[in-house]
Amino acid sequence: MSYQLKPDQQIDVREIVKNLDQYRPRRRGWTWRKPAPGLKMGPFTYQDCAEPLKDSVPLPPAHNFDNIDPQPLPVITTEIASGRFEDDIRRMRMAAHHGADHIMVIRTAGQSHMDGLIEGTPQGIGGVAISRKQVRAQRKALDLIEDEVGRPINYHSYVSGVAGPDIAVMFAEEGVNGCHQDPQYNVIYRNINMVRSFVDACESKRLIAWSEMAQIDGAHNANATARDAWKVMPELMVQHAINAQFSLGCGVPRDLICLSTVPPTATPAPCVHIDLPYAVALRELFPGFRMRAQMNTKYIESSTREATVTHVLNMLISKLTSADIQSTITPDEGRNVPWHIYNIEACDTAKQTYVGLDGLMEMVDLKDEGYLRDKARELKERAVLFLEDMIAAGGYFAAVEAGFFVDSGLYPERNGDGIVRRADGGIGAGTVIKRAPDYLAPVTAHYGYNNVAQYDAALADNPAALIGGCTLEKPELIQFIDELDEEDNVHVRMAENEDFRQPGAKQLKPEMEWLADGLVHLNLFYPVEAPLAEAAALETGRRMGLIDCEVISREIMHPREGTRIEMKGHVPFALNVDELVVPKPPETMSEDELRADIEQHPLRVVAGTVGNDEHSVGLREIIDIKHGGIEKYGIEVHYLGTSVPPEKLVGAAVELNADGILASTIISHDNIHYKNIALIDRLAREMGVRDRLIFLSGGTQVTPELAREAGADEGFGRGSKGIHVATALVKKRRERQGQQK
Amino acid sequence: MKRPDDYDKRGAHLKELSDEQLHQRFWSLVGQLTDPLLATGRENTSPAIERSVLLRMGFSSLEAKAITDMCLERGLLSHGAGHVVYKLSRERQLPLREAGLALSRGELVDEAVALFKEGSK
Repeated sequence: MSYQLKPDQQIDVREIVKNLDQYRPRRRGWTWRKPAPGLKMGPFTYQDCAEPLKDSVPLPPAHNFDNIDPQPLPVITTEIASGRFEDDIRRMRMAAHHGADHIMVIRTAGQSHMDGLIEGTPQGIGGVAISRKQVRAQRKALDLIEDEVGRPINYHSYVSGVAGPDIAVMFAEEGVNGCHQDPQYNVIYRNINMVRSFVDACESKRLIAWSEMAQIDGAHNANATARDAWKVMPELMVQHAINAQFSLGCGVPRDLICLSTVPPTATPAPCVHIDLPYAVALRELFPGFRMRAQMNTKYIESSTREATVTHVLNMLISKLTSADIQSTITPDEGRNVPWHIYNIEACDTAKQTYVGLDGLMEMVDLKDEGYLRDKARELKERAVLFLEDMIAAGGYFAAVEAGFFVDSGLYPERNGDGIVRRADGGIGAGTVIKRAPDYLAPVTAHYGYNNVAQYDAALADNPAALIGGCTLEKPELIQFIDELDEEDNVHVRMAENEDFRQPGAKQLKPEMEWLADGLVHLNLFYPVEAPLAEAAALETGRRMGLIDCEVISREIMHPREGTRIEMKGHVPFALNVDELVVPKPPETMSEDELRADIEQHPLRVVAGTVGNDEHSVGLREIIDIKHGGIEKYGIEVHYLGTSVPPEKLVGAAVELNADGILASTIISHDNIHYKNIALIDRLAREMGVRDRLIFLSGGTQVTPELAREAGADEGFGRGSKGIHVATALVKKRRERQGQQK
Repeated sequence: MKRPDDYDKRGAHLKELSDEQLHQRFWSLVGQLTDPLLATGRENTSPAIERSVLLRMGFSSLEAKAITDMCLERGLLSHGAGHVVYKLSRERQLPLREAGLALSRGELVDEAVALFKEGSK
């Protein structure tokens, strides 16, 4: 039987990389989420949500809301590409459970300049080496993961560089669901010859159209590159339009052409005021195309908090206008190749924001006159002027040669700092060849002139029929190459850390990106200026035994009073799983047994929050019958209220001849909760009643071990329920009776 | 080129257009820019396109690269690398894959070149 995921077990990557030569994708093409207008979940009704998942991890406060996990309507993207695709598979499962249904894989550095496909599974740098084997492995894993969450997952990478058509064929054959394809990206950012880029792009786009992939353009890069990012807004519309119109001409349907649009600026600029008119103008100019809302990366710094707020503001723009695909940028992108935890944070940020803003547009309208309209109109006019000027200059190639693109002036302003490329320059220059009259390509999804008729006029619309069908009709023709490098491949890498591989790992190490990488992340504050704080942090890390410590973020709290440092380092040791002691969950007796015991031997307690602590919610839940508290089992509770002095609590227990004391404390500052526990214990001893009182303490910051050390008979932390406390009371009483006999 | 922001002057002719007319103008200009690009694509090919054709004909990336490089070297790429394989297999009565593998090994190359000489059929 083929390998299946088990909900209570880690994904077995060993199984995923097995028998890949025999794997075939189950479908091709892109999948949108299914809208569920008026969705009811828990006590709420949602306006703009999609069908819920079968299995997922909800937002942290969901336990207060029946564990509901509403899913927003836009497809949510996360980019996962650590360099080791085998480790990314585990992250993909986590991301899918947090609501991602579009997994994008960034390519390894330099892949766009490789003239052909990469084969095998070499390790990537800053991304993954995209190869047929790697794509198959990840698509195969996502097939299993999508069954688990109950929603199709779109898999995505890049069709660019000098091997664009090669990659497009491989993606079409392997059931890849989405891709970036924009020849302008090659030209401007990769210095690949512009004629070659556009000629190749025609073929790539035909293949994209055939396989019904969603196509994302590259315009957002102008925003990330330009000196003053908000000034390229007219150019962004031009770049979107060139790729969109060109793609239509190659046969890509309008509703699969996605504009990668970024709110151009970020705080401390008044970003919504600048970004919203642009977003409105863009959506008005591009009806029927899809919006892939990218987040601003231009101004991302090393603060994950700051990046997260920027991204939430970006999603406010999406919500006020529209987004079909909501991209997420991990908040740690400003410091390193994203870590597991930040992919998950980014997915949660998107889900949280959209769910929080559900139904907004039912209450809010954008104004149809005034600044917003005037500004949107101005941006469109500036874009039209840009186009007029390009045509006057002699067309697209001439305009690129004249440095039209990524100039830092707000068009028609020009600062003369645009990126200049020559039509006869760049990588792959001179490799475009005119097709001869007898040119033939006997395959499906081929663009342009194709003289099939010279062999069979009847097959003009079906060139692949000349050879009895190509790989797109007959996937069994695909040649699968396993590995080309004996050293640099997934099997060698996996053998090296096999002891750590789940399920069934014998050893354990902390991890941020790769299995057993040992990476830890420390948050430190030093009451000194930044350079000294940084030096102190590195020395602290060294003395803690961490290896290769590196400061990844520093923030000034005050130039002299203090600096916040975030630092990473590696722990040099592994733990043996068998030697670790996992605390047992608190015991519970059955409700019937508890009731019977208390009916036979009535039990009375006094309870209150101690010290200057007014937090009573937790204690009330432990006591109240309506919350399933201990009263439910017949225990007589004398609730003394909040901020009860320890003396009063012990005194009341004596006066009422109680069997026990329940002391609750939330405030933990300066360990006041444990100090109060110790005080109650001492007072009870001084009054000579400690032996006959069962003393239990609880609170969100209480750990059972420390509470017992401080003098309580038992402690109860976050998540404790009445039944745990009732069980402890009955058991402790039985223990004491046993001792007395 | 450096130029101050002369939007007010340069854009004067657009002020009278309705939003819809402005959108139409935008897309008509875009079409003028992309039409020649699409035509260039129709009339030309490249090593990457030809490799992609060979991949679809059932060759591996390594084989496709070898065949394409040979075609480029011998001036055959303008006919289509897939065409070279197809024509050779037809003329020689070889299975398509065998014809391609032979070319990828540098065999039957002169024969393939001869098939595409002026006047040959």
